[in-house]
Amino acid sequence: MSVLLSVDQVTKRFGGLAALEDVSLTVEAGEIYGLIGPNGAGKTTLFNCMTGLYTVTSGAVRLAGAEVQALKPHQIVKRGFARTFQNIRLFANMSALENVMVGRHPRTHATVLGAVLRCRKTRAEEAGIREHAHELLRYVGLGGKSRGLASHLSYGDQRRLEIARALATEPKLLALDEPVAGMNPNERQQMGELFRKLREGGVTLLLIEHDVKLVMGLCDRVAVLDYGRKIAEGPAEEVRRDPAVIAAYLGGEA
Amino acid sequence: MLDSLRRRPRLAFALLAVLLAALPFIMGFGLGNSWVRVLDFVLLYVLLAIGLNIVVGYAGLLDLGYIAFYALGAYVYAWLASPHFGLHLPFWAVLPIGAAVAGLFGVLLGAPTLRLRGDYLAIVTLGFGEIIRIFMNNLNAPFNLTNGPQGMNLIDPVSVAGLSFGKSLHLFGMKLPPTYLYYYLFLAFTLLAILVAFRLQDSRIGRAWAAIREDEVAAAAMGINTRNMKLLAFAMGATFGGLAGGLFAAFQGFISPESFTLWESILVLCMIVLGGMGNIPGVILGAVLLTMIPEALRYIGDLQRATLGHIVVDPSDLRMLLFGVALVAMMLFRPAGLLPSRQRKREFAAEDGVAEQEQASLYDAKA
Repeated sequence: MSVLLSVDQVTKRFGGLAALEDVSLTVEAGEIYGLIGPNGAGKTTLFNCMTGLYTVTSGAVRLAGAEVQALKPHQIVKRGFARTFQNIRLFANMSALENVMVGRHPRTHATVLGAVLRCRKTRAEEAGIREHAHELLRYVGLGGKSRGLASHLSYGDQRRLEIARALATEPKLLALDEPVAGMNPNERQQMGELFRKLREGGVTLLLIEHDVKLVMGLCDRVAVLDYGRKIAEGPAEEVRRDPAVIAAYLGGEA
Repeated sequence: MLDSLRRRPRLAFALLAVLLAALPFIMGFGLGNSWVRVLDFVLLYVLLAIGLNIVVGYAGLLDLGYIAFYALGAYVYAWLASPHFGLHLPFWAVLPIGAAVAGLFGVLLGAPTLRLRGDYLAIVTLGFGEIIRIFMNNLNAPFNLTNGPQGMNLIDPVSVAGLSFGKSLHLFGMKLPPTYLYYYLFLAFTLLAILVAFRLQDSRIGRAWAAIREDEVAAAAMGINTRNMKLLAFAMGATFGGLAGGLFAAFQGFISPESFTLWESILVLCMIVLGGMGNIPGVILGAVLLTMIPEALRYIGDLQRATLGHIVVDPSDLRMLLFGVALVAMMLFRPAGLLPSRQRKREFAAEDGVAEQEQASLYDAKA
């Protein structure tokens, strides 16, 4: 398998506080990779560094071999790395369909002139955007809810919509920040099925999760962060038995 | 009546076209020729409001210095088509140049303000508007560029194929004064602007602007180049402003910095807010109302003179008072504007919805 994403000794400091210290990890194409760790361990900070929202203090992030840590978020999306947010960030006053249609932006080309003249090419592209968006909504199980306002959707559906919107950018790698937080076991199981379906569709998944059971059942490999450092990485079963992980994370609950 | 028209859009369209074509004659014969001039200004303000709406309504960037672009368009027109520099280029060359210069300044203003949002952006743009006005006011020395506070006059009127809009046109035994001719010219540009604005809104670009307005971080995470899209919004809005400015200069034949005060910026913003931000019919309505009402108020002065013999309340004071009352009433009763866009309505209604829901569940609990 080929390495899709590699994080190489990334450090991120906010003033004197080191949120991430020398974190390295690699995600291979086609796997579901889990990132776990207690609250405040730096998981979301790492996500933000990888997707261009934060600039790293030092270190490198490579996507399919090319360094991306200096790129802007929209450039990283264009290279096939999309994400969702921990605290859902939908365009609340747009319909579900419009939200997904926005996601088509980096894969479409209409310019001001094209939009104003509305030539055949633009109209065809626009129809394509709409169709693709409908398809994605059906894919994540929101087929009948395309016209409803994003903010009127149930919590679980909002999570699904965020995934559909991210998928619209045609990512090779999709990073999901706590996608099942606040869901009941039934909903979690359904989301787990969606993740497997995504992987079968050729999307590599990187997910931050608190639900250890879900992570263990779903992820091929797992990395554990604690206080901004990676304390373990490997197949889920191994990591689970790692004494350092038990002490830092699972131990707290036992 | 309205319903049957809605079912027959073609008929409605034809009726509207006839009405717009006949409007100056109706106003001219019914209320006097000075009202045709008011109509011309209504169209100019509609053009301005549609331009500002792209910046404020679509992309959500609060711009309080918008009139600077109007000023730039007007001054570029005056420089290139008046005795000031002895240049008399035709209007079809001058107008695009003016619009392009304004658009360029839109980008120049946009670039340093990209990181600013809300109040901070408003302050900077407000400053920009004032800087342009003060420049125009003072650039008569060492080199006389703008003729300072005296302004520039004898600006060439628009002239198409030998037909000068500055003189009355005799057509089929009818005399059409310049105000009528400019009405049709402005109408053409305004309709074009409306078309452009509608099409932009309902496109990939319009969606990107809306996304930035809703959540800039999420927009960037959806692959939208927020910097370029914001600059584009500034440039598009400024271009419309510059176009309106050029038309204004040609129409008036005289411009001075006095026409481009902060008050004008605020007036155009009020049109958008009053009419319904982001919604073109609303913006048009706002521009029409806020241009017509002050003119109508002049009659109150005449009325006072006729009944009381002298003026007790100055109509221009009354105008400000009514403005204030109207805006306060708006905030209370129609916070999203007179004709709000679908989205704005939701934004303002969202909290009500939650409150109602809570109320409803409280009642349920009691019962």
